[in-house]
Amino acid sequence: MAEPKPEELKPEELAKIEYKPPKTGWMDTPTVFKKGMFCYGNQPKFLKTVGFPNVRSWSVLDEDWKLPENWQEIFIEGLRERVGKYRSFRLFLDICVRCGACADKCHYFIGGGDPKNMPVLRAELLRSIYRKYCTTSGKIMGKIAGARDLTIDVLKELWYYAYQCSECRRCSVFCPYGIDTAEITILARELLNLLGLNTHWISAPVAQCYMTGNHLGLLPHTQKDTFDQMVADLEVVTGIKVDVPLNRKGAEILYYVPSGDMFDERGYFLTMATLLYFHEIGLDYTWSTYLSDGGNFGFFTTNEVAKRLNAKAYAEAKRLKVKWMIGGECGHMWRVIHQYMNTWNGPPDFLEEPVSPFTGTKFENAKSTKVVHICEFTADMIKHGKLKFDKSRNDNLIVTYHDSCNTSRGMGFFEEPRYVINSVCKNFYEMPENTIREQTFCCGCGSGLNASEDMELRLRGGLPRANAVKHVKDKYGVNRLACICAIDRAVLPALMDYWVPGVTVSGVHEMVANALICKGEKERTTDLRNEPLPGKEAKENV
Amino acid sequence: MGLLFSFFAVTALIVIVFIGVQAAHLHYLFGVIIPYAAFLTFIIGIIYRVVKWGRIPVPFRIPTTAGQEKSLPWIKHNKIDNPFTSLGVIVRMALEVLLFRSLFRNTKTELRDGPKLSYGSTKWLWLGGLAFHWTFLIILIRHFRLFLEPVPIPIEILEALDGFFQVGAPVLYITDLIFLGAVTFLFLRRVIIPQIRYISLAADYFPLFLIGAIGGSGVLMRYFLKTDVVGIKQLTMGLITFSPVVPQGIGIIFYIHLLLVSALFAYFPMSKLMHMAGVFLSPTRNLANNNRAVRHVNPWNYPVKVHTYEEYEDDFRDKMKAVGIPVEKE
Ligand code: HEM
Ligand code: SF4
Ligand code: SF4
Repeated sequence: MAEPKPEELKPEELAKIEYKPPKTGWMDTPTVFKKGMFCYGNQPKFLKTVGFPNVRSWSVLDEDWKLPENWQEIFIEGLRERVGKYRSFRLFLDICVRCGACADKCHYFIGGGDPKNMPVLRAELLRSIYRKYCTTSGKIMGKIAGARDLTIDVLKELWYYAYQCSECRRCSVFCPYGIDTAEITILARELLNLLGLNTHWISAPVAQCYMTGNHLGLLPHTQKDTFDQMVADLEVVTGIKVDVPLNRKGAEILYYVPSGDMFDERGYFLTMATLLYFHEIGLDYTWSTYLSDGGNFGFFTTNEVAKRLNAKAYAEAKRLKVKWMIGGECGHMWRVIHQYMNTWNGPPDFLEEPVSPFTGTKFENAKSTKVVHICEFTADMIKHGKLKFDKSRNDNLIVTYHDSCNTSRGMGFFEEPRYVINSVCKNFYEMPENTIREQTFCCGCGSGLNASEDMELRLRGGLPRANAVKHVKDKYGVNRLACICAIDRAVLPALMDYWVPGVTVSGVHEMVANALICKGEKERTTDLRNEPLPGKEAKENV
Repeated sequence: MGLLFSFFAVTALIVIVFIGVQAAHLHYLFGVIIPYAAFLTFIIGIIYRVVKWGRIPVPFRIPTTAGQEKSLPWIKHNKIDNPFTSLGVIVRMALEVLLFRSLFRNTKTELRDGPKLSYGSTKWLWLGGLAFHWTFLIILIRHFRLFLEPVPIPIEILEALDGFFQVGAPVLYITDLIFLGAVTFLFLRRVIIPQIRYISLAADYFPLFLIGAIGGSGVLMRYFLKTDVVGIKQLTMGLITFSPVVPQGIGIIFYIHLLLVSALFAYFPMSKLMHMAGVFLSPTRNLANNNRAVRHVNPWNYPVKVHTYEEYEDDFRDKMKAVGIPVEKE
C-alpha cells in the first residue's frame, strides 16, 4: 500500500493538525476507518474462554461484522438496563450542556484534531442513541432533539471511538458537572461486548489472565525462571543473592504487580529493584503465581469480567493467610484496587488493617481495602529514616515524573512518588503545570490501546505528554521519565523515541534500588541495567 | 439547522401571544391557565426527574480526584479537590455550584510550530457563565416583589444595590445589563467558536433564545414600553393567592414576557437545564474519596464465575512442583 506508516511519517508532519471541524454536521459525516487508528478485532477462542457472546471470527474492515440477527434489540435492551443501574451513566447522558469546556482537554483530540474525539462529541455518539430509544423528546422529535437511529454505521462509529478513548478522565476534571466521558466509554464498551465487539489486544489478555492469572499467559515455571534470572542479574550488580518467596503461606504481606513487570524491559528492572529492596529491609512477604497480575484488562471490557479477574486477589490473600497486601507500580491496577476491588469482592475481613512492620505506621487510608501502594509504603520508610541512600548513584539522571491517569484522577496520588523520587535523585524537574498531577496527559495507550497496529493513534494521543517532556528536556536536559504504571513503562519508550529521542523510561523503585545502600553489597559500578554508574565509567575502560 | 429551528420556535411563541391575546382576547388563558400549567409542569417535572435519578443506584464510588489524596499524616492533603469526609464534599460541591470551580480551571490548547503545545488559562466561559447565572438568580429574586405584599426588606435592599448607579428613570438595574450581555456572549461563543458550533444542538440554542427573549421583553417592558405595574401586581398576587384576576389594560408585552417564562418553566424539566439539579447528584463530584478506608456497597453486586486457585493448581500442578513452588495437593 502506498499509504505511509505513521512510524515512517516524520514527527513534523504528524504534528500538522487541523482542528477545524468539517462543514457537514457530525451526524452527517460518515466515519472512515483509518489504518493505524484502531486495533484488530477479537478472535473467537479468547471470547469463548470467558464466555463472551457472539463468538465468531471477524475483521474490522469487513463490511459484515457478523452480528446476531437482533443486534439492535440487544444493544438497546443493554442500554436501558445500564441507565437503570448506573446513576453516573444516566446523569451524564442527561445533563451535558455542550459548553465545550472538555473539548480540547482530550489528548486524542489535541494530537489528532478529529472532532469526534472531543469528549463531548464522543459522548454524543452514544447520547444520540440514548435520546432516540430512552427519552420521549428524542422519540418524537428525532434529529432536531439530537437523536438518531442505531444503524450499523452508527454502531461501527461507536466502536471506533470507544476504542479511541483511553478512559483517562482528564475531561472530567474540567467539566462543570464532572461528566466523566471515561465512564461513558466504559459502558459503551460494555454494550459493544454484548455483540462480541472487542479488540484482540484486550480480549486475548483477558482470557489469558483468567486461566493463568496474568495477561501475558506466563505459566508458573516461566515466572520462576524469570525470577531466577533476576536473582542472577542482581547478584552481578550488587553481589547480593536475594530470595524470592513464591506462593509462601503465612507471610505477613502479599505483594502483587502488573505482569508487564515480569516481561517488559523496564518492568523487569523494576521487579529486580523490588526484590533487592524487600530483601534489604527483610520484608516478610510473598509473591503469588496465581495472583500474577494486578492489572485488569477485564476493566476494559465489562464490569462483570473485571470483577471476575479481580476476584483472585482477595482469594489468594486468604489462601496464603497473609495479613495485608502491597500493590506495585501500576495505573489501572490501582484504579481498580482503589475504587472497585472492595466493592466487587470485599470486604476482606480475614485480613488485618495494614501496619508497617518497620515504622509502626498505620495506613489509615487503606484500612478497609487493606492494600497499600508501594510508594506509600516506601515514602513512610524514608520519612522514618529506615533506608540509606547513596543518591549520587543517580546523579547522571535528570528526572521528570509522569503522573499516570488512573492514580491521578482516580485516586489523587501525587506527593508520595515525588517524595520518593526526590529522596533518591538529585535532579528532578516538573513538567509544565497544566500537564501534570490532576491535569496530567495520558501516555496515549491506556485502557488497552497499547497494541502495535494502532501506532498512529498512540503517537497522536501521546503527543501532549511527549511535548511536555520535550519542554523539560530542552530546558533542563531531562533524560529520564519516571512513572508508576506498567503500560507507561511499556509504551513511553516508543513515544519518547518518536517525539523526544534521548529520554529513557523507568519505574520509580528502580531508582530507589539504584541508590539504596544494602548490607553486604559489593561496591557498585553499574546500575540495575548494567550500565556504568556516574563516575565509574572510566574504571571500566582502564 | 438547530439555530434556525430554535429561533423560529421562540418567534412562534411570540406570534402565538399576538394571536391569542390581541386577536382572540384569551386573557385568562394566557394570564392564568398557562402560567399555572407551566408552573405545575415545572415542579412536578423536576421532582419526577430528581426522584428518577435518585432511585438509580450508585454502584461504585468514583470521585474524580483533582488534588492530593489523604495519605500519610505528613503529606498535605487537599481536602477540597479530593475530599475524604462529607464536610469536604459539601465544600467541594458548594464551590462547584456557587463559583463553578471546575470551569475555573479551563485552559485553551494552542499548537504552534515545533510542534509546541501550550495550555493557557482561559476564564471567559467561567466569567460569562457566572455572570449569566448569578444575574439570572438576582433577577429572579427581585421578581418576588410581585408576589409578596408588603415587599420584604431584603428584596428592597437587593433592588437598591442593583440600582446603585441611579441611572435613568426608571432606575437601571446593573443585573439587567450584565444578564443580557452574558446571554449574548454565550450565544456568540456558540456560533463563533467552530468546535462549539459543531457540537451545538437545537436544545442548546433554544434555551439561549428563550432566556434572551425573556430578558429582552422584560427590559422592553421596564424601560421602554411602560406597562401598568399596578395591574400586573394585581394579576401576580391573584395567582399566588389562588384567586386569579385578570385586570384590564395590561400591555401585550407583558403577556409575551409571561408566555416565554411559562415556556421556560414547562421546558425546564425535560431539557439540559436539569443540570441545575443534576450537578448535585454527580457521582464524580459528590462522593468522598475514602474508598480504601470505607467500603462502598453496590446494591446490585452479584456473584460471578471465577477461575479458582484449585482449578489453577489442577491445570499447572506438575509444572509448579517441577520448579519447587509449593502446592496444596501433592
Ligand atoms: C445549581 C444551579 C446551577 C448551576 C451550578 C449551573 C451551572 C452551569 C454551568 C457551570 C454552565 C456551563 C457554563 C455556561 O455555559 O455558562 C451552565 C450552563 C447553562 N446554564 Fe446553568 N447552572 C445552574 C442553574 C441554571 C438555571 C436555573 C438555568 C436557567 C433556567 C440555567 C441555564 C443555563 C444555560 C442556558 C446554560 C448554557 C449556556 C450556553 O449555552 O452556553 N442554569 N450552567
Ligand atoms: S464540559 Fe461537561 S457539560 Fe461541558 S460539554 Fe463537556 S461534558 Fe458537556
Ligand atoms: S477520558 Fe480521556 S481519552 Fe476519554 S474522552 Fe476523556 S480525555 Fe479523552
